Amino acid sequence: MKDILQELETRREVARTGGGERRIAAQHAKGKLTARERVELLLDEGSFEEFDMFITHRCVDFGMNADKPAGDGVVTGWGTINGRQVYVFSQDFTVLGGSVSETHAQKICKIMDMAMQNGAPVIGLNDSGGARIQEGVDSLAAYGEVFLRNIEASGVVPQISVIMGPCAGGAVYSPAMTDFIFMVRDSSYMFVTGPDVVKTVTNEVVTAEELGGAGTHTRKSSVADGAFENDVEALLEVRRLIDFLPLNNRQKPPVRPFFDDPGRVEASLDTLVPANPNTPYDMKELITKIADEGDFYEIQEDYARNIITGFIRLEGQTVGVVANQPMVLAGCVDIDSSRKGARFVRFCDCFEIPILTLVDVPGFLPGTTQEYGGVIKHGAKLLFAYGEATVPKVTVVTRKAYGGAYVVMSSKHLRGDFNYAWPTSEVAVMGAKGAVEILYRSELDDPDKIAARTNDYEDRFANPFVAAERGFIDEVIMPHSTRKRVARAFASLRNKKVTTPWKKHDNIPL
Amino acid sequence: MFKKILIANRGEIACRVIKSARKMEIATVAVYSDADAQALHVKMADEAVHIGPPPANQSYIVIDRIMEAIAASGAEAVHPGYGFLSENSRFAEALDAAGVAFIGPPVGAIESMGDKITSKKIAQEAGVSTVPGYMGLIEDADEAVKISGEIGYPVMIKASAGGGGKGMRIAWKEDEVREGFQSSKNEAANSFGDDRIFIEKFVTQPRHIEIQVLADGHGNAVYLGERECSIQRRNQKVIEEAPSPFLDEATRRAMGEQAVALAKAVGYASAGTVEFIVDGAKNFYFLEMNTRLQVEHPVTELITGVDLVEQMIRVAAGEPLSISQDDVTLTGWAMESRLYAEDPYRNFLPSIGRLVRYRPPAETAAYSPGTAAGAAGDVVVRNDTGVFEGGEISMYYDPMIAKLCTWAPDRAQAIEAMRVALDSFEVEGIGHNLPFLSAVYDHPKFISGEITTAFIAEEYPDGFDGVTLPDDALSRVAAAVAALYRVDEIRRTRVSGRMDNHERLIGREFVVKAAGRAFPVQIDADPAGSTVTLPETGAVHRVTSDWTPGDSLAHFEIDGAPLVLKVGHVTGGYRIRTRGADLKVQVFTPRQAELVAMMPEKLPPDTSKMLLCPMPGLIVKVDVEVGEEVQEGQSLCTVEAMKMENILRAERKATVGKINAAAGDSLAVDDVIMEFE
Repeated sequence: MKDILQELETRREVARTGGGERRIAAQHAKGKLTARERVELLLDEGSFEEFDMFITHRCVDFGMNADKPAGDGVVTGWGTINGRQVYVFSQDFTVLGGSVSETHAQKICKIMDMAMQNGAPVIGLNDSGGARIQEGVDSLAAYGEVFLRNIEASGVVPQISVIMGPCAGGAVYSPAMTDFIFMVRDSSYMFVTGPDVVKTVTNEVVTAEELGGAGTHTRKSSVADGAFENDVEALLEVRRLIDFLPLNNRQKPPVRPFFDDPGRVEASLDTLVPANPNTPYDMKELITKIADEGDFYEIQEDYARNIITGFIRLEGQTVGVVANQPMVLAGCVDIDSSRKGARFVRFCDCFEIPILTLVDVPGFLPGTTQEYGGVIKHGAKLLFAYGEATVPKVTVVTRKAYGGAYVVMSSKHLRGDFNYAWPTSEVAVMGAKGAVEILYRSELDDPDKIAARTNDYEDRFANPFVAAERGFIDEVIMPHSTRKRVARAFASLRNKKVTTPWKKHDNIPL
Repeated sequence: MFKKILIANRGEIACRVIKSARKMEIATVAVYSDADAQALHVKMADEAVHIGPPPANQSYIVIDRIMEAIAASGAEAVHPGYGFLSENSRFAEALDAAGVAFIGPPVGAIESMGDKITSKKIAQEAGVSTVPGYMGLIEDADEAVKISGEIGYPVMIKASAGGGGKGMRIAWKEDEVREGFQSSKNEAANSFGDDRIFIEKFVTQPRHIEIQVLADGHGNAVYLGERECSIQRRNQKVIEEAPSPFLDEATRRAMGEQAVALAKAVGYASAGTVEFIVDGAKNFYFLEMNTRLQVEHPVTELITGVDLVEQMIRVAAGEPLSISQDDVTLTGWAMESRLYAEDPYRNFLPSIGRLVRYRPPAETAAYSPGTAAGAAGDVVVRNDTGVFEGGEISMYYDPMIAKLCTWAPDRAQAIEAMRVALDSFEVEGIGHNLPFLSAVYDHPKFISGEITTAFIAEEYPDGFDGVTLPDDALSRVAAAVAALYRVDEIRRTRVSGRMDNHERLIGREFVVKAAGRAFPVQIDADPAGSTVTLPETGAVHRVTSDWTPGDSLAHFEIDGAPLVLKVGHVTGGYRIRTRGADLKVQVFTPRQAELVAMMPEKLPPDTSKMLLCPMPGLIVKVDVEVGEEVQEGQSLCTVEAMKMENILRAERKATVGKINAAAGDSLAVDDVIMEFE
């Protein structure tokens, strides 16, 4: 018996050392932590319970029968984040480069199955050289199994990917199908084909960082939702994000004790909107002044900055925020912002997270780039996402709500539950100047007449009251009471239930 | 007494005057420009009259507009505040002509003291000690050089009509006199429309100490002690105090009596200030007399218990002074800090914009001007301001946000009260000099009182780049933040949806990382607070606080002494601001700290030396020229996109090398607008 216990201890010891001291040192030298160290940081101290520590691969080709490391390059199991259950897999670059084999993938699939069954999020820490080439098609099949589970789990439990090393080729498609991707700056990259292949095929010379580093994916491609300076920061911020998310689609979003009066009056909001309609202001000030304790977890901060997405809490409970940002491109809707907003709205809807929409939108961005790029279909994504969402939806128009973009931004017509407007808002088909130029084309060479017409138009439509008279705006509220009104609105919607017609699934214009 | 007065000013001084008027049950009329329609003084006044567009020379200093406002409102008297029309004798004459009382001195006093040369002559005749210098008008640079030689170097070249440092030059040798004469003359012509110049001896180790006088129309005059105003930056006062740590009773009396003599000599009747320059040997020389209420009058009010605004109004209404010199006693010590919208990290560049957050420290409720500070509390905090959260600091006026004053029985306590008050002052959205003010109050020279008007120039020759906390202060901050983090962590474990019976427990050992240092700490919490031990130094701190998660201000008591931290969230930690320091502070468990230690130090990314157009748009204007040195935050150009004007600012100090775009150009995203060297 003693021998057996001894053997268990020895085997555990071997498994825990992963690829050995030398490879661990190499990993550290790159500024990266090991798979187990990462799990330690991600989970509550001492809460990790590991599965399949002794699993080995079954490959015998290319000398692989001589190299059968315990765990097969991935650490899997479950633990807690602030006492709430999560499942985690963490690829171990020190073991066979973290390459994905049949058994490696089986370990991942096992915890994903359990996560779905038990209703807890899956967090994947990716650091892998890719498919294990020695296994050939078995490895590809294994990827396929993981992909399928990503798809099945989508909308059932939150899935979060943290890219903490290489992630290339087919491997990118597992994170691609998860809800959020975070990257570590300078030590991670993601691409379908690497710089060498790119050079061979297209003659483009590009570095791995330029092709698929954190900067590229947070600013240009929008593949990643955020980037962090190092492993520690990334993992601690994932912990912070998990605190905002429900564990599964059957739960309400989490609530935690709060120390901020829901009735807090913010007199300064009465002067947020500048007197000049063409002067920008920072919508983030409104978001942080509405939020409990000013705490805002922004998603895709560096991409399509004309729309802001992220999570806040109201009365301790998570709310998703979508807001036009007048500071960037006047807050207009374009291809990028539509895609960014739509995906965020759909995430919230999947997981019962109420949505607060703050509107100051002058319309869609005009231009050939937009039209050739398919702004019609991309814009429709945001429209579709808002329309199909059945979670509580509260909307506040702060200034402009013009034209089609007004309808898109969680308007009453898309089943908005509470549609508020500030007294400064203008719910109209377009700005007065543009409208007059169309309506009174014949008077265009008479500036006095046009000025008078513009004034008339402004008096008639540049206000929230026309929309309020029709019930498209439920109430015109004072800016200083926005937090109170919005918090009360969401409180009244806690038991909201909507039935939708049966369908297999919708056909959002992808 | 008047029934209604008009305040021909704006900002904090207008608010200040309204307060006293209200106390005296006098109705108030504010005036405002377009930029001030929402201003605090407009809201505070009983009525308000619009007087024109934002620039002061089209509104606040247009005598006709003020006269119209007086006529429209029926005000019987006008308080001019300071600046604007306060020392304008034409304005005082216009009021006389209209039969409206001027809450200030008689026209004659304004005129005789308004001119530096005349005032010096009158002062000499009244037996006031004056700086050796040439009183006559100086024709040209040659004459200036000759006179300077007679007075003896160094000399000061000044504009006769000057003020606020404009048209003022110091010359240590001949060619500097030539150069200074010309530039002073030009500046004086541009700023005051009066290019008369005079020259006087430049006093070494100078302190700026001024005497507050109060006189009535019945021949009575008293002095209310002095104010030390030596902490100045480019002749702009930053910190004032009363009394001066330098004066003895005999000097104070001598200065006071000379000041009163001068006031009587010009038939002064109102509050006024006689400014002296005092050298290291306590020789004092008359500089000028300010025939108005001074910005820094609150420190005098705090140590004398006299409401200067009230006295000015009473004198203007013809009442005799109710106090004699024997009634004037100086009690305790008062400090005043001028909070400016100037970014100390960017060479004190004015910063304009929205006050996203403006929360001054709580004022002592029991204190108001005219009461004895000592009766209101052991420490008194007073904040004179004209702004509010959500308001705008505009480019049109003085960048002063507030005057924060503290009073305590002695200087050390007044300084300590000021440190706490500054730490508790929340201003966000614009750059401001709070960190710099905090730094001065912790400066050994300032604490010792060994200051001259050159203090800032000598102690901060390369500008200000923040405060490095000494070890003991850092240790206290580490203890406080550890305690705060523990509270935050405990709250995190109270989230819903936890696995029953498997709650996360928060440990008692942490490692606090701040300012490149790591402090292991151990926290023993009890219901009243916590005891934080730093095993490495052996320090043990008793920490109590009423902070709750999310509060942006944390008031601690550490080992019995107050410590106030501004607490903000940054990725991976807290942004902590206290005592002029701005720190990223992170708290880890010991195990986390071990792993953190392996993380690479990253150098800040090398950003390119070009200004790229961030969006497709039209260049509306370019604010800089090739070869110009720009400061961080300075506006470079304005791009209009989607009908919005976006100001592009310099990300760091640089010299403009090349400008590729001009106003009217239409640019695409990432087009290079300008290049830096």
